[in-house]
Formats: sequence, structure tokens, C-alpha cells
Amino acid sequence: MPTDDTPAKITPLKIRVDNVGKSFSTEQGTLHVLDNISLEVADGEIVAIVGPSGCGKSTLMNIIAGFDRPDRGTVKVDGAEQLKPSSRGILISQAGSVFPWLTVQQNLMFGLNGRALDEKKQLADHYAEMVGLKGFEARYPHELSGGMLKRAELARALVVKPEILYMDEPFSALDALLHLRMRNELLRILEQERHTVVLITHDVEEAIHIANRVIVLSTRPTSIKATFDVPFTHPRKLSSAPVQELRAAILRELGVESYST
Amino acid sequence: MIAARKVLPSIAVIAFIILVWWAVVAATHSVVFPTPWQVITGTVELARDGTLFEHIGASLFRVGVGFGLAVLIALPLGLWMGWVKGAYVTLNPLFQMLRPISPIAWIPIAILWFGVGNVSPIFLIFISSVFPMVVQTTTGVHTIEKRYLRAAANFGVSRATLFRQVVIPAVLPQVIIGMRIGLGVAWLVVVAAEMIALRSGLGYMIIDSRNAGNRYDLVIAGMIIIGLIGLLLDGLMRLLEGLKVVRWRYAH
Repeated sequence: MPTDDTPAKITPLKIRVDNVGKSFSTEQGTLHVLDNISLEVADGEIVAIVGPSGCGKSTLMNIIAGFDRPDRGTVKVDGAEQLKPSSRGILISQAGSVFPWLTVQQNLMFGLNGRALDEKKQLADHYAEMVGLKGFEARYPHELSGGMLKRAELARALVVKPEILYMDEPFSALDALLHLRMRNELLRILEQERHTVVLITHDVEEAIHIANRVIVLSTRPTSIKATFDVPFTHPRKLSSAPVQELRAAILRELGVESYST
Repeated sequence: MIAARKVLPSIAVIAFIILVWWAVVAATHSVVFPTPWQVITGTVELARDGTLFEHIGASLFRVGVGFGLAVLIALPLGLWMGWVKGAYVTLNPLFQMLRPISPIAWIPIAILWFGVGNVSPIFLIFISSVFPMVVQTTTGVHTIEKRYLRAAANFGVSRATLFRQVVIPAVLPQVIIGMRIGLGVAWLVVVAAEMIALRSGLGYMIIDSRNAGNRYDLVIAGMIIIGLIGLLLDGLMRLLEGLKVVRWRYAH
């Protein structure tokens, strides 16, 4: 349940990123992507990480979610080192990964191991309904619109009841209107289902809309430049003066001067 | 109406060729080269005494067995080579070397090993269709988009689920393309193989018609029937492309 104060101080720690660094060797030489990143995410917290394009946001996300290993430093989830991905934290990325050869219902049942078929179907249908895909369970992804695909992806993640949702620019490919609608949907769902969320985005407004806290990254080699608490209650009025002030402050950190409101 | 408009030009071209053929044969008073009508009467004659269907049946049987065996071997082998890097590195150079050898070049060896019965053409069909299908299946595994494999890893599914619900369906469209190629080659090869070694089949029918009294009407009848059956086989393979589980690949 999103609250108006910062829950980081009172709830237990969920994710701890400690001095993480990562380089890639290319033909041009070594590319230092992540410099020295340390951050903490509390249980149930929604943290947005914003940064300029190409700053290594996705690299950081891959490391936090366990798909990639850092050169230096550690990532711990519930105190245990994150060595590989698991269904306790599901990654939702911009490109999406709903299986095109499975129906919506089959996609939703995909991660439900070791359960009776009836139970799987029931769970899948429950979450299909939650994201507004009731009646589309038998459709194949290529028969769905872009927004519906995102809903399917979200539902497939939710159905395995992950403790953490890793969202890497989840709605970036959608048009502005759909983008806003999906954000509202996500907030509605997060009120029903408690998840810790790490959201990577280049969209400051999206970050302020959803997150309890916004972490601003620098350009490469990437480090943390600033952290902002987002102290507003939901539903947030994005046009209000304090929200716009916060937006301007974050944009300033990103090196963009916005007009003051 | 629209369908009719689509096939009309090709039918017109075929009709035109038949007309020209007829006119040229009539004008040159050829005694060996048949008119289209002679081809039809020749075909009817063969159909009446049943030998036509024996030849067709023999060719289809050999293709069915040879191609079927090739599918049974190529699909698991292709999946294995696509999935296990060591298998790919070890076997791919060998297959790339065997693949460009025309199946016709295998005929002497086929006769040496299997004689002139049914086994030789089945072996040749197997050899000719197994390689394209292995290559297509392997490529299919290699081109599975990484995001799907990552999603599967994220959900922590068992190896069986990974293969059943991700790898195999992802590869299926490539496998179907491989099977289309394979069956096309198989049909080419069975006719060629039958021309040399056997006592039945459409290839034998063509050679036998020429040898036994210059029956060029039956030679051409055989050619046309081979073409029509080839078209039909490809059509059957294309039906597979319409399956719901692979439509995603061809829908865009």
C-alpha cells in the first residue's frame, strides 16, 4: 500500500546493492559502464531509477535481477547474494517477452510449476481479469494490441506472486495516452498486490507518478547522482505545484533546465 | 471472383504454351514428338490399365519412407546441435561438407550398398532431405530471441517445460521451412534415382517409355504428373504454415 511517508526507514531491507561496478571490453577498449553503485530498496517500496540514455540503466537492472554478474561488489536480496534470476523477482522489459506461440492463458500459466491444471487455469484467469484481459484468454499475442500485450506481460509476472517486480522501461514502447493508462493500471494493481518494485525509466514524470523514491544516475561511468523522496499521496496530481517543482529538480540533476512553474 | 482473377493469368500462360506446342508439332509434322492430345490419350491409357497409379504409388511410398526417416533423424539432431555448442562445433563442418554433394553422386554407392530394390532410392531421399532439415532446425534454435529464453530462466521452469513450451515452438516455423525444402528435394531425387536403378516409379516410367518404343507422349505425361504431385506436396507442407502455433511467425 503506497503511503505518504518514506517506508524505507521502518520496513525491512529487501534489496541491497553494494559497490557494484561493471565494465565491458569492446574493440575500442574497455567500456566502464557502472562505476560504483550502492543503493537499498525496502520491502514494499517502489523505487524508480532514472538516468540519461546509454548510462547503463539496463545493465544495472540485469545485475540486480540476477541475469548478469557485476565485476565488483554484490547484490543481495533478503540478505542472500543474487547469483541467478528466480521467480521471486520477475523482469518486465521494454521489448516484452510474452511467448507469441502460446495463448494469453497459456502464457499466464507458464510460470506456475507443479500445480494442478485446474488451479493454474483459475489463477491465470483471475489475473487476466485483474489486468483487464477477461475474454482474451484464448487469443494469441499477435492478435492483441500493444497495450494488451503489456497487460498480458504484467499478468504473467503477477500470477507467480513475485516479491519483486523489476520493470525496465516497461511502457516506453506505448503511445503517450496508453502509457499514462498503464501507469494508472499498475498503481491500481500495486494497491491490491503488495510488491517491491524497481522501475527503470528515462521518463521523470513516470518516475514521480509511480515511485516512493527516485534515484538519479549520472552519465557513464554511471554512479548515483542524487536521490529524491516522493512524498505525495496517491492519486497524485501531476500538474500540482509541488510535483512540478520536484520534476524540475530531478530534471536539473539530469542536466536539463525546465521552465519553473 | 478475386481468387479467379489471381489464377487466371497463370492459366492463360499455360494455355498459351500448350497452344504453341500444338501448333509447332502440327506445323513440323513430327512423328516422335507428341501433340498435347496424344499426351492425354497416353495418360488415359496408362490410367486404364492401372500402371500409372502403380508408378505414382511407388514413388510416393519411397518419398514417404525416406523423408519420414529424415524427419525422425533431422529434428532431434538439429535441436541437439542448436542447443549444445559442442555438438554444433563437432558436427557442423562435416554436414556443411556433405550437404553440397548432389544426391545423384550417391547413386553408385547406393547401388553398391543396397542394390536396385526399394532401399536405394529411400536411402538417396534420406540423404538428400536430411541435411537441409538439420541445418534449418539448428538455425532455428540459434535464432531464438534471447528475451524468450531469459523469461523462461526468470520463471525458473524445468528443462522439460523449457523445451516443450519455449524451444520447440520457437523453432517450429524454421522446422516447417526445412521440411518444405526437404520434401521438395526428396521429390526431385526420387525421380532421378528411379531413372537409373528400378522397375517402378515415375522416373522409371519416363525412361522405360522412351526405351520401349519412343513413347514420348508418356515421357511428357510423366513429367507433367511429377510437376503436379510436387505442387500438391508443397501445398500440403504449406498447410502446416497455417497451424495456429506457428502463425505468429508468418503473420507479420
